[in-house]
Amino acid sequence: MGQNSTNSAAVTRPGAPLWVQILIWIGLLVLLFFLGIGLFRAQHPIISLDSVVPDFTLKLFDGYQYQGAGQISLSDLRGKVVVVNFWASWCVTCADEAPYVEAAWRYYQPAGQVVFLGVDYTDVESKALKYLSNFNITYPNGPDLGTRITPIFNRTIAMPETYIIDQQGVLRHEQIGPFQSLAEIRSTIDPLLVGR
Amino acid sequence: MKPKGIILFAFYFLFLAIILIPLVAANAQQPTPSDDEVNAIARQLFCPVCENTPLDVCPTQACRDWRELIRQMLAEEKTPDEIKQYFVDHYGARVLSEPPRAGLNWLVYIVPPLVFLTGVYFLFRAFRTARLSACGEAWRRLPKESVAKAGPGSEPAADDEYVARLEEELRRRE
Amino acid sequence: MLAEFGFGVLVISFVTALFSVGAASYGYFAKSERWIESARRAMLLAFPLISFSALVLIYLLATGHFELEYVYSVTNRAMPLYLKITALWGGQAGSLILWSWLMSAFAMAVTLRKWERDREFLPWVVVVTAVTLAFFLSLSIFFENPFARWWQTLNGEMVLHLFAPAGATLFVPANGQGLNELLRHPGMVIHPPMLYLGFVGFVIPYAFAMAALITGRTDDRWIRIARRWALWAWLFLSCGLVLGMWWAYDVLGWGGYWGWDPVEVAALMPWLTGTPFLHTVMIQEKRGMLKWLNMLLIIATYGLVVYGTFLTRTGLLSSVHAFAQSSIGPMFLSFISVTVFISVFLVIYRWKDLRSEGSFGSTSLLSREALFLLAALLFIGVLIVCIWGVHFPLFSDILTGQTVTVGPPFYIRAVAPLFAFLLLLMGVAPLSSWTHASLTTIGRAIWKPAIPTVLVPVVLVALRLRSVAALIGLTLIAFVVCVTLYEFGRGVAARSHTQHESIFLASWHLISRNRRRYGGYVTHLGMVMMGLAIIGIQVFQTTTQKSLAVGESLQLDGYTIRYESLAQFPYVDGRIVTRAVVSVLKNGKYLGELHPRYDYYPDGQTMTIPAIRSTLADDLHIILVNWEDVSELQTPFRVYHNPLVIWLWIGSFVFVFGTLVAGWPERERKK
Repeated sequence: MGQNSTNSAAVTRPGAPLWVQILIWIGLLVLLFFLGIGLFRAQHPIISLDSVVPDFTLKLFDGYQYQGAGQISLSDLRGKVVVVNFWASWCVTCADEAPYVEAAWRYYQPAGQVVFLGVDYTDVESKALKYLSNFNITYPNGPDLGTRITPIFNRTIAMPETYIIDQQGVLRHEQIGPFQSLAEIRSTIDPLLVGR
Repeated sequence: MKPKGIILFAFYFLFLAIILIPLVAANAQQPTPSDDEVNAIARQLFCPVCENTPLDVCPTQACRDWRELIRQMLAEEKTPDEIKQYFVDHYGARVLSEPPRAGLNWLVYIVPPLVFLTGVYFLFRAFRTARLSACGEAWRRLPKESVAKAGPGSEPAADDEYVARLEEELRRRE
Repeated sequence: MLAEFGFGVLVISFVTALFSVGAASYGYFAKSERWIESARRAMLLAFPLISFSALVLIYLLATGHFELEYVYSVTNRAMPLYLKITALWGGQAGSLILWSWLMSAFAMAVTLRKWERDREFLPWVVVVTAVTLAFFLSLSIFFENPFARWWQTLNGEMVLHLFAPAGATLFVPANGQGLNELLRHPGMVIHPPMLYLGFVGFVIPYAFAMAALITGRTDDRWIRIARRWALWAWLFLSCGLVLGMWWAYDVLGWGGYWGWDPVEVAALMPWLTGTPFLHTVMIQEKRGMLKWLNMLLIIATYGLVVYGTFLTRTGLLSSVHAFAQSSIGPMFLSFISVTVFISVFLVIYRWKDLRSEGSFGSTSLLSREALFLLAALLFIGVLIVCIWGVHFPLFSDILTGQTVTVGPPFYIRAVAPLFAFLLLLMGVAPLSSWTHASLTTIGRAIWKPAIPTVLVPVVLVALRLRSVAALIGLTLIAFVVCVTLYEFGRGVAARSHTQHESIFLASWHLISRNRRRYGGYVTHLGMVMMGLAIIGIQVFQTTTQKSLAVGESLQLDGYTIRYESLAQFPYVDGRIVTRAVVSVLKNGKYLGELHPRYDYYPDGQTMTIPAIRSTLADDLHIILVNWEDVSELQTPFRVYHNPLVIWLWIGSFVFVFGTLVAGWPERERKK
């Protein structure tokens, strides 16, 4: 064995075998692929205007219910305009817009064509409930458990943000930042109710 | 002392005791967890909102609320694991300082040692091949008599020693 | 006016770089000396041109031209002059200019070297350097223009542009936003430039490697040239990393210096391939082997430099350091892909030349080249941990939709054993010899330094040290120190004996005649000193937090910190300083006063400044916790006790000194 292996060793240097080379190339390509996707996602959100919003389920706080259930799925609300409002008790500007959002809910609730959903983003429950009772908020509210709902709308969310979804489940309006008045809220919802 | 006075005194004493003992007992049952106890758990968590900031040093209002939540849960005598699980359930797996060992996340822990050990294996193999081929070389170079005497498998130990000494000498003269 | 000037000069330098690329390539293929020389001279222009542009930008920053969006975002009227100038690298656009500026300085340095001997490398060194420079300039020109200004159009819209849109007027804000308060620190002045110097420095050895591959001159020549450049680049990079650690320790308020933040790891990655490169070049020089490894290491270093820059600036990673989102991501990704693919392709193309002639030769796993190889493998092991840890959250997010954090516990657990082995190698390798070494030869050399080493764990256990990690780490550190001192002693003794010189003269001559070796040993000593600090803070750090009223005190590890007073007063630049005075006592003995404080700036940002008391044995790091409520009755303090931390800074001075000794150009010996 000694003699032969010396000869063959001197003649054909077994360097990195072919399969290792191929593996490294594949590895680089896979990395490139992931990076490309990552970049794309960093610069383009998951959903954009005029795209269908994926379904999600919001488990409601104690004391809140919708049609007798303690949780709501977006798919249950087809046929109605859905206003998804993201807030947190530690967000100062959320407190600014809270009265207007609640007033808008009370305006639209009797007709039953618009549903307001409040999603509490990474918050402490006791503080959240205190916030809700401070502003006498009556529309369905729940915590974003496991932070699963917020990334659907915005990976780098800066509160408050509100998303308005039409009767077919299509995202129609993004409000980044607080609403300044009740009229402003109405101006985003009313057009969706008219053009049916 | 008059008997009436003694009875009055006992009365007052009992009255005070009935009021004070539960208060003292209540306090003794729930000492507020200290900052250090809260921080010991907060250090193992990351702020759910800020970028890559451990929870014990995060300055935002939200983090203050979370540390108070930890303090409250500690007062309720929850274990650190229960507290961490609560945070994971409410805010997602990213609050932990390393991925929970489940499903795809196992790859985090397995891939680096695997790749490293593969490299070590290749290194050893390269040296073994070299050693085998060099052994063959030395085997061929040895005069026949010493081969017969030494038998198979003996290393050219004499060469090694001499070369090592020579190298040393050369180095010292540098 | 000035802004257009600055931008115009930038465009001229971009065109010049492109010309260099074209002229050098053409000159190589047409074998025309004139064209190659012309390309080289064009490269010389890069530095003066970009300097002009950068100085214009600095001037605009210093004089508060807030109509420039960049000046608006990083300066304001209240900032002191030195901060306004260093704000040049406070944001994305400006730091890209700094990158190009430093790159052009290195480009000029390499074109000014004596080229008579290595003429064949010149065209490709110029091409690689100029392509890198042109890429970064293109980012500044087309994507992140620091000279863009605010304009108000006729219908009241605000538009960002360099030149005036039709009918628009210049909009000059009254004041800027100002630099993030965490960046207002002396560390900010020196850390980014030093780090970038390290990054751009590695472009030159890479350029030589590419030149060697393309021209086919894959022998020793490129290594001997590249080694010097790589050493200086390594020095700058190491200093940049240490300065970052110092800054983090001094200002961030969490009592540590390295958080395994993805951006920190991204800056560390080129260091992890550059360091083994500096060692494996010796194998190629001494034995003519492993040329392919040196090629791959330097390509990896360059690739990681550009890749690290990409990761930091494109919002892919969640990090406290990351710049804001930017559109330069796809450009970066394309550039890196193209350069990596071309480089790897070239290596495969020249693979036969990169294999060593003849047999591997070395049979012993304990020979010096084997140990260097093992060290390279360990460094690459650390690199793999870093790469995997940084990218895994991205993979997890894409594949499962779940975001996870890969934090310090993962890195520390994975990296500690690898670094422990590296410490062991640092001790064994100097005692090993090239080609042949066995347990007997090493054993004979090792028993002398091993004796004091073995005493160390015994003493530590007697001192009631129980941490296994610390015992192993400290023993290994002691081992390296003993071996290094032993090597010095042996060399001095041998020389003194054979040359009949005094000890001092012998030491001087020994070191100056063997700069690389002994400078290297000093660098190793510096590194293990830093290792000492790392073990100290990792294993033995203690911390406590407590709210105190004036007069109360808290205890930590035998220290008593007594709260004396609190004061709040305005400072000249408008900030409000809240400062506490605490007394420090140890075991009853009064040690001194410390003043932790926090500053509240007019723009609403707060900066916490810890009070640090350093001795050779430990640091006391006291923070006024300003994010909880602060009043005289209830002031929260956080105290960190960090043993041995000062050795991090001492060690860094030592390794700088060692590297300077190792890299100092040797005078030509008279034959």
